[in-house]
Amino acid sequence: MKSRYLGASAAVAIAAGAGSVQAETLTLCWAAWDPANALVELSKDFEAQSGHSMRFEFVPWPNFADRMLNELNSGGKLCDLLIGDSQWIGGGAENGHYVKLNDFFDANGISMDDFMPATVYAYSTWPKGTPNYYALPAMGDANGWFYRKDWFTDPEIMAAYKEATGEELREPQSQRELMQIAKFFQGREIDGKTVYGVSIFTERGSEGITMGATGALYAWGFKYENTPGSYDMEGAVNSPEAVEALEFYKELYECCTPPGYDNAYMEQSLDAFKSGQVAMAMNWFAFFPGLYADPNTGGDKIDFFVNPPQNVAASTLGGQGISVVSYSDKQDAALEYIKWFAQPEVQKKWWSMGGYSCHMSVLGDPGFADTAPFAADFLVAMEGVRDFWQEPAYASLLLAMQERLHNYVVAGQGTAQEALDGLIADWTEIFEDEGKL
Amino acid sequence: MTDTPADRLARATPPAIARRVRGLGDRAIAWIFVAPTIFLLLAINIFPLIWTVRLSFTNFAANRPGREVEWVGLRNYERILTDERIWANMQTTAHFLFWTLFFQVVIGFALAWLINRRFRGNDLATTLIVLPMMLSPAVVGNFWTFLYQPQIGLINYTVELFTGIPASSFSMLGPGGLAKWSIIIVDTWMWTPFVMLICLAGLRSIPDYIYEAAEIDRASKWRQFWTLTVPMVLPFLMLAVLFRGIENFKMFDMVVLLTGGGPGNETLLASIDLKREAFEKWRTGYSSAYAIILFVTVFGLASIYVKALNRVRER
Repeated sequence: MKSRYLGASAAVAIAAGAGSVQAETLTLCWAAWDPANALVELSKDFEAQSGHSMRFEFVPWPNFADRMLNELNSGGKLCDLLIGDSQWIGGGAENGHYVKLNDFFDANGISMDDFMPATVYAYSTWPKGTPNYYALPAMGDANGWFYRKDWFTDPEIMAAYKEATGEELREPQSQRELMQIAKFFQGREIDGKTVYGVSIFTERGSEGITMGATGALYAWGFKYENTPGSYDMEGAVNSPEAVEALEFYKELYECCTPPGYDNAYMEQSLDAFKSGQVAMAMNWFAFFPGLYADPNTGGDKIDFFVNPPQNVAASTLGGQGISVVSYSDKQDAALEYIKWFAQPEVQKKWWSMGGYSCHMSVLGDPGFADTAPFAADFLVAMEGVRDFWQEPAYASLLLAMQERLHNYVVAGQGTAQEALDGLIADWTEIFEDEGKL
Repeated sequence: MTDTPADRLARATPPAIARRVRGLGDRAIAWIFVAPTIFLLLAINIFPLIWTVRLSFTNFAANRPGREVEWVGLRNYERILTDERIWANMQTTAHFLFWTLFFQVVIGFALAWLINRRFRGNDLATTLIVLPMMLSPAVVGNFWTFLYQPQIGLINYTVELFTGIPASSFSMLGPGGLAKWSIIIVDTWMWTPFVMLICLAGLRSIPDYIYEAAEIDRASKWRQFWTLTVPMVLPFLMLAVLFRGIENFKMFDMVVLLTGGGPGNETLLASIDLKREAFEKWRTGYSSAYAIILFVTVFGLASIYVKALNRVRER
């Protein structure tokens, strides 16, 4: 109720005219990564047009959730605008951290139909899929793959692969083919250096191994519930397909990653690729512009592909929406920023600077696929994205999965079946505590 | 007669105030001085402790301000004490505690004994030995991560050099059972100098004439060591063990940087688990009960230990 009132009053203020809002200094909080730097540049236009000035609080990814959720839970006023992870939307809405934006959108002619449906569903709505909006889709993202194109097109390496497998060396068309290629490269000497197959996510502390392993789980058809909204997980989370996918991920970790790759996430994956250690690597699309621009391993030496399907085509969702923090004293100015950011021309510039716009005026442009070597892949990936639980108890749910997966995949404890059965037990306990079961 | 500053101050003090201050007893003045400290102690230590005890009987979640808080009695305690995962973490903590103390006492005492025998370069050696304990645990965690790196790390390289085992074939911080020993090595490297310094203070407090008397009685060096040196340094050593024991029971930063509690839960110490429950999962009631259990454990063990220490000192 409080957030609705705040949203409505802010909407009235904006509708009355931006000029009525006095010049403010707004603080925008996000993770510290390449797109954040692009947003700093982009926001200079907003400063020039609105008279407001912008401050930025960027936190490195491993500490981002910790830092920002602490801020929200303590009712802190540090952030006026927050580009929070998609999984936070449930807690942000139910705990009153985010301002509900429906009235504001209506008053300012911002339509969610102008944004890619998958991103609206994932980044903006709570309860899921309902027209209750707590964020504007800001940064589309999914977990994708990139590889050493120069190695894949090297005649000697291609011939060796053909001889070893009887198949052509190409972008993998399935998860199994990805492993076959990774095994081929593992320990191979290229340019006098030992190289390895893949870098994948195995990190224990935040969300790494979950984000990596779900890439395989979703491709095998993993589901969180038998019926959406029922919390009925038995037979879905631990289905035979899910067990097979998890066994696959463990085998991929054991057969084909560089030595000591037991606690790796985004940064380590990028390092492994940029240092010429691995043939293929997984990471978020957000990093692809920087990878393509890399003087050593970018340009002609790199190419990209969508998470390969196995039983189904699916990718792990990344990305975020931008929300107005309900504890901010500068909500009018913050809403003004969102109104500015939602404009098609700003969204086009956002994409051109390295941000992944979710606006259909950008993504639906016939020439979009040719704007970058990874643009077409991004569109394909976003059509099949799947996200983790977005429940208010998401942190507990995530940590339980982190623990179960790391224990099995990296520490080698138990079986995949035991890990997933245990995960259901953990999640059931959490949902019982939440009063949802 | 000389006019002292005290006389001048006495003359400048208004008679009424002087009478009031003079009217206070020693006990009242003592209370005036002690009261701010007691107030701070109550506000910063005692009140939060009582509040934590209260929260431990509820299902309160600090990130869910709108949710109704229910009184759950001893349920949180029951869940913790019957959770195999928690007991496994306790075992990991006990393993870390025992071996770090063991190595730090043995190596720290040996170093102190060597340093105590005056030699050329003694001061420089002492300075170099105590350097690790002056570093931030964050720095130590980060650079040992590099030292343990299988491909470029010095440790794996050294092992390969001496044993022929390929450097990249094993990971000190990865699966294979080495991780729990790796964190012990780092903590021992960092904090042995602390134990050494305390032992050194103990060794230097032993008067020379005691050894001279032992020499006259023709006691061997070995006997002097066991009947004079060890008993006289023991109270110091026990104090060092107490400090390090309490510190290592709370160990968090360095291990988080080295392993994050992994691989799996192999190095998940109780303090790391508690932090995750309290500030990542936001199970405030549950984690309060967890904290109380840890507090009672440390407090109980420390009390028993201090009694033993006092007995040793009285001997």
